Amino acid sequence: MKKNDFYLAAAVLTAAFILWAAQRFFLASEGERITVTQNGEAVGSYSLREDDILTFTDGAGGRNVLVIRDGEAFMQEADCPDGLCIRQKAISKKGESIICLPHKLAVEVTAGEEAETDAVTR
Amino acid sequence: MRQGIREKTAYMGVLLSLALLLSYVESLIPLDFVVPGIKLGLANLAVVTVLYWYGWREAIALNVMRVLLSGFLFGNLFMIMYSLAGAFCSFLMMCFVRKTGKFSVIGVSISGGIFHNVGQIGVAVCVTETAGAAFYLPALTAAGAVTGMLIGLVAGEVLKHTEGHIRAGK
Repeated sequence: MKKNDFYLAAAVLTAAFILWAAQRFFLASEGERITVTQNGEAVGSYSLREDDILTFTDGAGGRNVLVIRDGEAFMQEADCPDGLCIRQKAISKKGESIICLPHKLAVEVTAGEEAETDAVTR
Repeated sequence: MRQGIREKTAYMGVLLSLALLLSYVESLIPLDFVVPGIKLGLANLAVVTVLYWYGWREAIALNVMRVLLSGFLFGNLFMIMYSLAGAFCSFLMMCFVRKTGKFSVIGVSISGGIFHNVGQIGVAVCVTETAGAAFYLPALTAAGAVTGMLIGLVAGEVLKHTEGHIRAGK
């Protein structure tokens, strides 16, 4: 191992750690809502507080079933070829997302504007 | 000279099978529930080895063949496109880092690991047209650096032990 290799690894790991820590501190609050995007367009926004089962279709026969339960959202069912979205863990923290690439579907936890205005007006 | 080409063809075949085997082993160890998109990058061992044995032309041929074959064997067309983007990104970076001459095979492999993940995040962002996937950039960068380092250490040993046995076969 050359010295430069070590510096490279150390620099990358440090940078990644700083970014990760910044995310933890500034973003990682429990999210209030999830935003669903398909084919680059916002399809809907749902509260994580209300349990729900949602189905999304991509217009080309692709189907995803998203479940909201106990303040978390996870993909229960999908007919995409790789099934990666089903294997991803449940999301609840701001910034976390579940992505189903074959169906161009993205589910992202957002703070939720409603919740923020509530906090300010109170 | 003839002998060299035959030998090279044989070695390329062996390394392609090795790359396929490693891709298969990798498909048995799913890690993507930890962070979506995470990969061990075992097959990069064969790519790095060829890059050092013969050069970038041979390495890119092996890389493309590996992605296509393993995609058809263990995945699907979609996975091939996704992997090609990652493999291409990582390959360009490895060639560049190697060209600088400031790093050993470990540094080259680290940059390859990182940029494989960066490339895949890039694809995810482009396909979904949302920046959501970029959230996982720090975790995937760190993971790429660690797996890249391990692969680099192994590749370094392989290169050390095969030194003097491999002819360029031009």
